[in-house]
Order: sequence, then structure tokens, then C-alpha cells
Amino acid sequence: MIKVTDVTKYFDDFKVLDDISMHVRRGTIYGLIGPNGAGKTTIINHINGVLTPKCGEIKINGEPVFENEKVKQSVLNISDDWFYYSTFTIKEMARFYRNIYPAFSNERYEAIKGIFKLDEKRQIRKLSKGMKKQVAFWLSLSAMPDVLILDEPLDGLDPVMRKQVLNLVIADVADREMTVLVSSHNLRELEDICDWVGIIHQGRMILEKPLDDLKGSVHKYQLVIPAEKDDELEKMGNVLHISRTGSVRSVIIRGDADECDKKMQELAPSLCERISLTLEEVFIYELGGLGYDFTNILV
Amino acid sequence: MINLDYKSGASLHEQIETEIKKRIISGVLCENEQLPSVRELSLSLTVNPNTVQRAYKQLEQDGFIYSIKGKGNFVASISRDESEYRRSEIMEKLSAAARELAFLGAKKEELITAIENVYKEEKR
Repeated sequence: MIKVTDVTKYFDDFKVLDDISMHVRRGTIYGLIGPNGAGKTTIINHINGVLTPKCGEIKINGEPVFENEKVKQSVLNISDDWFYYSTFTIKEMARFYRNIYPAFSNERYEAIKGIFKLDEKRQIRKLSKGMKKQVAFWLSLSAMPDVLILDEPLDGLDPVMRKQVLNLVIADVADREMTVLVSSHNLRELEDICDWVGIIHQGRMILEKPLDDLKGSVHKYQLVIPAEKDDELEKMGNVLHISRTGSVRSVIIRGDADECDKKMQELAPSLCERISLTLEEVFIYELGGLGYDFTNILV
Repeated sequence: MINLDYKSGASLHEQIETEIKKRIISGVLCENEQLPSVRELSLSLTVNPNTVQRAYKQLEQDGFIYSIKGKGNFVASISRDESEYRRSEIMEKLSAAARELAFLGAKKEELITAIENVYKEEKR
């Protein structure tokens, strides 16, 4: 649905996107994650048709995005600094959306109004941060987008609203195969909702996989092994990290689950437990392997 | 309906599969009963519809459910001997648990009693 092919972009001399490719399949919820400054917002702005690359192409549903009104009519964007006219009420902003997005559905608008229970005659600028976000979702989803791009979308929403909003998005994915691209640092939340993940670092795509494959390709083991096997463990291939707490070793190893189980058994462990990693942990260990990690600083 | 453990090692679609299998095996879900639609279940759990779809596909492959196009997914008739794979999976867990109990000093007789009690319950 969204295809970014070999895109390179400079901001003056700084190479912010480096020959990057990305593929968001139709009807999936794709989580775009990466360290600060990796290029997430830049790539999203290319997909929105706001920026053009030095080279490479960006297509949605097979068509280039830039200056393409037909494509842009079905791509909606919600970011932290969602735009609204400063004096407009919710109702007035809805009229604005209705004029721009031909697929805007009054039925949907009314349905969501009933769920959110916000007074449409209120001025948007007088609403709280969370309520403004709600309005952004309300109007964007009423426009019945084929593609929904979210940049830190759930920030500012209370737990009830969070669930409400997610359910609205899920319903659209289930009913109309809406494609969702989410960029967020809240990996715990993304993990619950995404089926694909793309990790971007220094303008390049490091990994792009179904979430299950990603989590199934890196494993954590708690091990107690005899001292003479320590050396073997240190030299083992595909080990991303080893740490010790007393006699227990924590090992992060990349590979297929069964193969890793076998490798661990070769160390004759008296304790061997495989623990699944959270997306957050996969992120930290994969990027640690690329030199982006934290050092424990004791202040 | 189903409780998902977001921190557990098992992926979400695996958890959904396991929960539905349990309910079918224990008879909570009856033969030919209709399962919630992908949409319904994904909304009630607030999970990605593709996750639910994947679980349903796997259940169909494993023979626990069947789908009728345009109507939905239904519980298949299961003979208890099916799903040998699941049995061997759980047997391994039983061995691991027994090993740990033995390590902690539990007597063999205690384990045998526990197993006998399960079969006594089954008979009722």
C-alpha cells in the first residue's frame, strides 16, 4: 500500500535518509520505531507528500504521492501538533474537513460524536490536550481514510480514551482494510497493536518484519552453567549480550528458538529458562549491537 | 471473554489460540457453536484484527474450527484423541514440572496422587 523505494534526503549537508526502503502492506498496522533523530518524522513527511527526496520514490497504492490530490484525499495524518484554525469550533473544523475530503461521512461523524460525547460547538483551542487529540481522531476517522498516519498518537489520552480510539482504528482496519502507520516511542503500546515493525536508525531501515517474527528471532535465557563452560558461551555466535547476577547468566541470543534451545543445552546448564523479549528489549539489544546503547551511569 | 497476558512469553495470537482450544476441549464451546467474528473479537480484546485472523487460521488448520464463507467461524467436532502435537507439548511441561518438584524434594507418591486426582475429577 505504502511503498518507499531507495529514498535519500539531505537537509543542507546532513544526510537524513540514506537509501531507505519501506513497505507497509494494506490492512496492516505498521509500527515505525527508532532512536531520536533517526529520520522517522522525515520519512513520514515524505509519505504525506510534504517533502520530496533527492532520489528514490514514494508511492501509495501504486501512485506517487507528491502533489497528487487524488491520493492525498485518502491519506489522513495525526501528529502531536495537529492543526486547527485557532477560532474554530469542532463543528466548523468538521465542515473544513468535509470540504477537503470527499469521503467524509456524516454518519461516521455522528457515530463518533455519540462515543466521545464532546460538545461540537466548543472552540477547539479551549479544549485540553487530550481532548484536542480526540477531536483529531474524530475528524480524521470521519474522513474514512485508506491510510492513517499516526505520530505519537496516544500521547495525552487517558486509559479509557486510549482504548476507545484504538477500537475505532481497529474497527476500520477490520471493516475496510484501512492501512495504519504508527510512529511512536511507546513500544509497550505498539507491541499490543502492530503486526509489522520497522526499525530505523541513522536514516536507514535496520529491520522490517512482522512483529511475531521479530520477537521470535531474538531470545533471552536465564542460565546457570558450570564455570568451565563460560568460555564456550562467550565465544558463541549470535550472542548479543551476556550479563551476570551471582551465578545466573542472562543471555540474549539471535536465532530460531529451537536452535537456540539446543545451543544452550550444549552448555550443560543446571538451570535453563527461555524468556520472551518485549519489543522494547528487542529494540535496545538490536540497537546496542549497532553502537546505540546506554551506559549505566551512577551519579 | 479471553484474558490476554501482555507480559507473557507467548505471542498474542498463540494466547488466543490456546484459550479457544481450551474452551473447545473442555466443552465450554460446543460443537458447531459460532465463534465471535474477527471484528468482534479484535474489538473486545483491543488487538489487531490480523492477530485474531491468524489465530483463527491456525485453529482451522489444526482442525479445531471450520469456517463458512460469509457466515463466520464455527467449532468443529473434535475427537479427544486428536491434537497429538498439543499432547506432547503439554507432556514436556509435565516432565519439567515433575523435575522441578523432584529437585525441591517432593516424593514420587505425591505426584502420582496429584495425577490420580485429576483423573478422578474427569470421571465425574
